[in-house]
Amino acid sequence: MNDFFLFAVLPYVSLVLFFIVTIRRYISTAFSYSSLSSQFLENRQHFWGSVPFHYGILVVLGGHLGAFLIPRSLLWWNSVPVRLVALEVTGMGFAVITLVGLVMIIIRRFANNKVRVVTTISDWIIYALLLVQVASGLMVAVYHGWGSSWFATNMTPWLRSLLFFSPDVSFVAPLPFLAKLHIVNAFLLIGFFPFTRLVHVLVVPNHYLWRRTQLVRWNWDRKTIRSPD
Amino acid sequence: MDVRSQIGMVFHLDKCIGCHTCSVACKNIWTDREGTEYMWWNNVETKPGTGFPTRWEDQDSYKGGWVVDGDELKLRSTSKAKIIPNIFHNPAQPSLDDYYEPWTYKFQTLFDAPEGDDQPTAIPISKITGEPMEKIEAGPNWDDDLGGSNIYAKNDPNMEGLTAEQKKQMLEIERISMFYIPRICNHCLNPSCVAACPSGALYKRGEDGIVLLSQEKCRAWRSCIPACPYKKTYYNWSTGKSEKCILCYPRLEAGEAPACFHSCVGRIRYLGNVLYDMDKLREIAMRPEDELVDAQRELILDPNDPEVIAAAERSGIPDGVIESAQNSPVYKFVKLWKLALPMHVEYRTFPMLFYVPPLLPVMSTTQGDVVRNDVDSLFADIDKGRAPLEYMAKLFSAGNLGKLRYALRKEMAVKIWRRYVTVGDISQADAERALLEADCTAEDADDIFRLTALATTDERYVIPPFQREMAMEMIIDPQELKAEAGFGFRAAPKRS
Repeated sequence: MNDFFLFAVLPYVSLVLFFIVTIRRYISTAFSYSSLSSQFLENRQHFWGSVPFHYGILVVLGGHLGAFLIPRSLLWWNSVPVRLVALEVTGMGFAVITLVGLVMIIIRRFANNKVRVVTTISDWIIYALLLVQVASGLMVAVYHGWGSSWFATNMTPWLRSLLFFSPDVSFVAPLPFLAKLHIVNAFLLIGFFPFTRLVHVLVVPNHYLWRRTQLVRWNWDRKTIRSPD
Repeated sequence: MDVRSQIGMVFHLDKCIGCHTCSVACKNIWTDREGTEYMWWNNVETKPGTGFPTRWEDQDSYKGGWVVDGDELKLRSTSKAKIIPNIFHNPAQPSLDDYYEPWTYKFQTLFDAPEGDDQPTAIPISKITGEPMEKIEAGPNWDDDLGGSNIYAKNDPNMEGLTAEQKKQMLEIERISMFYIPRICNHCLNPSCVAACPSGALYKRGEDGIVLLSQEKCRAWRSCIPACPYKKTYYNWSTGKSEKCILCYPRLEAGEAPACFHSCVGRIRYLGNVLYDMDKLREIAMRPEDELVDAQRELILDPNDPEVIAAAERSGIPDGVIESAQNSPVYKFVKLWKLALPMHVEYRTFPMLFYVPPLLPVMSTTQGDVVRNDVDSLFADIDKGRAPLEYMAKLFSAGNLGKLRYALRKEMAVKIWRRYVTVGDISQADAERALLEADCTAEDADDIFRLTALATTDERYVIPPFQREMAMEMIIDPQELKAEAGFGFRAAPKRS
């Protein structure tokens, strides 16, 4: 029953919140979509926190996504022990980088008076959730090795069962506590995401790469302004 | 020919007294909110000096503006390849220390202090943390009138590259004279802030070229701040959005001059639109550095030329806008008389704020400890003016001495001519020779004098019609707005 709530109900609650609140917030208060950068108030520690955290989390999330999308290829890759170890070590390395960055960020938030002023309660909740998430993930990697393989055999089928609205908790039920914590916390993060500054992830400026250099906006129509009729 | 209209500005530095009334007018209207205390959309700097933010002209560290790389024009601060990696931490972004920590005073302590031998003082309180500040090390106009100090003048980036002799001259100067530069957003023709904004929040208004920053689209990626070589976009640490000078467009649309213009005590400011050819911009932006002043003038079209008028009509510029371009004081100062020069045009953004350089005549000389007044030299050769021309040329003509000398000589000739006309202690022959040497006719000299010294508000600020009523009707049906409640933010602009 517990498992059913955590792995068949909570994920849907989180996802529904995620989609509805994100979209509603974007439509009604686009102003609130901001990364709320505090680099302006403190520059040096910002570098040592923000840079490792972002690069680390991007690689780790990419790994998770890969295991979800191409589980067969992953299992094939892991069929040679050297390759499996190489993948695990790389994953752990980036997890450590993420954790170091995150700890730096949290220390900076506590230690710097000016940065503390611009830190809201929702920021602290995010940091707590992220810390649990990254730390539990790293511990899973350390204590319950070869996660890249059992993600493909257990997690991916469960996530797919969620995706097709026939949640099958039997895939995740036998997982150890740390792994379950990692999963539940992930869905808490997703559900809380749209209420926080994390929404900046959704507005990364990818269109900069193909837009024209200069932007001009007209309040009147150049073609008809001289002949309004 | 793609003709566009652009609001231009001229500041006559020979008339600026450095009173900061412009800064205060702007601050009271736009930047007295939390997060904007340190912003000075309009500020006045003492030159030689380090400016605000400190050493903003040092592009080796701030990476502002454009550079020519082969046959491409590139941003110094970012590129399509660098934009994402720089998002996590922008290496060239100035921080609060480069400006100053805003503060107020705890005035209540004046009343609450226990009785004692000392006068009670109001302790300074940080406007960010609300905590007492031990020592205030920087503030708005911190080096005001301190051109003479070894800290500020010596660290002026424009001093680099001057000879030892010229530097010595400058330090001598600073005991006797200095000048002021009021600065606002230049509303550039080729704005590097717009080109650097990853979110597309910054844009140039098509009708008048005012550069604005959409608060709804800004995501605090902070690219505009290093990219603007004039450091005229500012980051609001409270709302997590950048902000900048909006040239008081709500006032302009109502036919009023911007607040800083309106309040200018010395009447040094001129505003008017010019017509320019957008198609030529790219080619002109690539010209060699010492040709840039002329290149920008080339870009600006003669609004009385029938061909230009026809092209402007084809490009959809309303008659009222063409007409106001014909009366524009900016066109006269910049293109007709060549008196006004763009500041640091070598950044290649083509600023549309031009400066008439100050003459700084030698009023006195020092001999040992004695200061000798030397009034005769009021009309001295401009090369003997106190600030070495090389220093001024670095500021106003990308190092091109000829352009600077031309403007200064003409300014001087007008003074000599008017002295002949009104006082008469200069001979007609001398006055006419001065005009001839300065490439100036007597009529032009009288016109320059009139616009410099006597001009009324309507002559100084020629504001083009914005035709908002028509523009609005074309975009949205006014009936649609019927019974709608208010406009603007539907929630308070606060961080979530």
